[in-house]
Amino acid sequence: MSELIKKNASELVSLMASGEVSSVEVTQAHLDRIAAVNGTLNSYLHVTADAALKVASDVDRRRAAGESLPKLAGLPIAVKDNLTTTDAPTTAGSKILEGWVPQYDATVVTKLRNELMPILGKTNLDEFAMGSSTEFSAYGPSRNPWDTDRIPGGSGGGSSSAVAGFTAPLAIGSDTGGSIRFPGAVTGTVGTKPTYGAVSRYGLIALASSLDQIGPVSRNVLDAALLQDVIAGHDPHDSTSLPESLGSMAEAAANRSVAGMRIGVIKQLTGAGFQPGVQARFDDSLALLAKNGAEIVEVDCPSFEYAIAAYYLILPAEASSNLAKFDSVRFGLRVTPEGNPTIERVMAATREAGFGPEVKRRIILGTYALSSGYYDAYYGSAQKVRTLIQRDLAAAFAKADVLVSPTAPTTAFKFGEKIDDPLAMYLNDIATIPANLAGIPGMSIPNGLADEDGLPSGLQILAPAREDARLYKVGAALEAWHEEVWGKRMIDFAPELKVGA
Amino acid sequence: MAKAELMNYEQALEQFEVVIGLEVHVELNTKTKMFCGCRNDFGDEPNTNVCPICIGLPGSLPAVNRRAVESSIAIGLSLGCSIAPNGRFSRKNYFYPDLAKNFQTSQYDEPIAFEGTIDIEVPSGNVFTVAIERAHMEEDAGKLTHVGGNTGRIHGAEYSLVDYNRAGVPLVEIVTKPVLGAGAEAPELAAAYVRSIREIVKALGVSEARMERGNVRCDANVSLRRHGAEKLGTRTETKNVNSLRSIERAVRYEIQRQAHILAGGGSITQETRHWHEDRGITSSGRPKSDADDYRYFPEPDLVPVQPSHELIESIRATLPENPADRRKRLAGEWGFSELEFRDVVNSGLLDQIEETVAAGAKPQAARKWWTGEVARVANSEEKDVADLNVTPAQIAELASLVEAGKINDRIGREVLAAVLAGEGSPAEIVSAKGLEVVSDDGALLAAIDEALATQPDVIDAIREGRMQAAGAVIGAVMKAMKGQADAARVRELLIERANAQ
Repeated sequence: MSELIKKNASELVSLMASGEVSSVEVTQAHLDRIAAVNGTLNSYLHVTADAALKVASDVDRRRAAGESLPKLAGLPIAVKDNLTTTDAPTTAGSKILEGWVPQYDATVVTKLRNELMPILGKTNLDEFAMGSSTEFSAYGPSRNPWDTDRIPGGSGGGSSSAVAGFTAPLAIGSDTGGSIRFPGAVTGTVGTKPTYGAVSRYGLIALASSLDQIGPVSRNVLDAALLQDVIAGHDPHDSTSLPESLGSMAEAAANRSVAGMRIGVIKQLTGAGFQPGVQARFDDSLALLAKNGAEIVEVDCPSFEYAIAAYYLILPAEASSNLAKFDSVRFGLRVTPEGNPTIERVMAATREAGFGPEVKRRIILGTYALSSGYYDAYYGSAQKVRTLIQRDLAAAFAKADVLVSPTAPTTAFKFGEKIDDPLAMYLNDIATIPANLAGIPGMSIPNGLADEDGLPSGLQILAPAREDARLYKVGAALEAWHEEVWGKRMIDFAPELKVGA
Repeated sequence: MAKAELMNYEQALEQFEVVIGLEVHVELNTKTKMFCGCRNDFGDEPNTNVCPICIGLPGSLPAVNRRAVESSIAIGLSLGCSIAPNGRFSRKNYFYPDLAKNFQTSQYDEPIAFEGTIDIEVPSGNVFTVAIERAHMEEDAGKLTHVGGNTGRIHGAEYSLVDYNRAGVPLVEIVTKPVLGAGAEAPELAAAYVRSIREIVKALGVSEARMERGNVRCDANVSLRRHGAEKLGTRTETKNVNSLRSIERAVRYEIQRQAHILAGGGSITQETRHWHEDRGITSSGRPKSDADDYRYFPEPDLVPVQPSHELIESIRATLPENPADRRKRLAGEWGFSELEFRDVVNSGLLDQIEETVAAGAKPQAARKWWTGEVARVANSEEKDVADLNVTPAQIAELASLVEAGKINDRIGREVLAAVLAGEGSPAEIVSAKGLEVVSDDGALLAAIDEALATQPDVIDAIREGRMQAAGAVIGAVMKAMKGQADAARVRELLIERANAQ
């Protein structure tokens, strides 16, 4: 295995800038790795090798000519397959979009292209990002590089397993209830959900519009910061995108520190319900933070108890409407039934054949929640809970600069373990969902291995809306102390992947 | 689709009170569509003014057209409405192939304008105050053309074509509260109301306002109840009645149809109905219950519309004169009889006459030319007066030539024909063709003497007071002068000659 692919993105950027390696070498090294392990990991649904190498050689040529290039020029990246790309099919993990090549690039993809970053390919996800394990992808699950019998988290398990499996130094994810952070936690990588509106959603195939947010997937906090700086910013195509800049995250990561900061531990997201090994590593990190000058305070968020229930009303409601456009009329799959194929029957047959079970479950749930007579009780109440959660968080942030919790209650579970129990599957997101409901930024960083199974656990940091910089400041600091304690990066504890299959 | 049995209109009104409600859709004439940058031009080659947003491709997002919001505010203010400082869009969810996203982005519980009134004068001179419930913004659907089958409807068609050029065209829907108390004049009131809305949006310049092109479309709700009853009767909604005359006829038809059913002990089905212009009847459409479930919920892809107080006031300050106020003012200024003024209004020539008067013509002369000869030519050529090649300034010039005695009315009509043929201004034509009347009394007297020589009895007849005898001589003189004489002057000279002898 080429040593290049193990390096952090920021190191690769320096090596390319100094001319020690070329973008073609870096890109080819990742393409070689993809060729070797993607059969096992199934991180990528589609690899765009030629397009990536073309961008890479273009960068090399321009760099050689002395042109001034964007900061991350030549650094390859993987993109979750729910972002539209004009040069690769975009499926959102669903059969209903199989083979669809979009007519336009997502704003984030345009930004990556403008940054001259070679796009390696499109990564796997639970169908329409509905799931926590990638087991609901219509194209088969992705596997966790730490243990290929286990889930890589979801919905962004393609991006997390790509970064953890060294097939990409960076990836783009999307996080609706934890789809970047949970995969980060269970693969020993960094997953960041920026403030709602920090990154344009234009071209992101919507799951739940008011919750979706695109963010960086990386092995390192500084790498995430570099990527957020590239993809963030106002977009006139997305009216919910923030008009103002949130500043440089790379700078925040470089100014890592917790001195004098108040760090809030959320009472409802600790203790009972969390795997002992996960909880133990969390407590270790609290001690580390305290030792380095942070003040640890406890905060109370009583409404978090209702977060999952509210989330599973708001999300399906919005999703049921967002997914109505998949009707066979203008794009995607079309199934024409036997007999008298009226438009209604064609639409019904297409949706029956094209959507998987979890998608159907949520469409039915959401349709029901929005129905007249039930709207107030379900969607209406859920929105009230959302307001209460926002208030809880506002009160918590009055007492603390950032909040922390374990990212997920457990380490990576085995395939099939929760597939037939939607409620158990939904509980994975108990710690991550509140950030989406409140629109605040959250980051999961590697937090050590649980004693009982030796698998990665994650620590989540939450900050007030628009204060994404705090995540990077605290995350980078904790990461540095961890590496000091562990003697290496957490990803370096991962067993060598058995190549083949 | 048999013609329903109808009750005699007078009898219907004796037994029932008529309640109407009107929903008028106004298509705005913004350059671009409601939520994307596509040209708002429905007449173009099908599916050429489309983009990922208005055909609802996955990942696309709407962005509100600012000009459409301003136009909607102007309409609301013109109807005396309050403007919502914080309005929002909602999604109206239903599956139909002309609806790209299978939901319509509309406004539901927070329309941009609400609670207004407008005074409507019907032909009898009675004035009714119509209460406006709301005016809200929404997007139009695509246009379906059903091919095969003979109903022109989707059911029974072999296939259907969709033109998405119209998808996303901005609409304002203006909804009245139930209108009571118009009695026998309800049909006229309905038509006069729609005429007023047309005039207002035309005066505002926010719509082309042509009903025949569907720029203004009306759905007419009609219900009956026994006099003295408190509860409103069951209503029908006659869709897309697209001329003022049809509105009047459709409402009258529904009153008579419903009265017959109710008087016979039957009940009205709550449904939409279609108006058949050719046969003058309505026919049953689809059942419509108040429980139609569109699963409205706030559009999460758009931020609330929050027009500032300054914006609203700046729009209010530039509103043109209300058409009804303007009519009142002009009627006072011009001094026409009621009948003359109503003719002018009905012929839609208010603008032309006002401009002609502004160009120096006397109001009566301006009226006479426009409603007379110009309208006659337009009628015979089956054109709109507006499409004829003559300007108010030219008519004013023509009128001033007649007023000054340079030409007579008959020559004036000849000059107008030349103007319409593009031969120049009236003065140019008169001088080029030598059409100025003969004002040399000597020449006229010579012609009179010549005529009298062949009809010597005329002098005696005039002296005896039998003035009709003068006609033959005047006619002969006019003929000799090739029409270019002032007949009144010829008559004067003839009487002088008779009295002198």
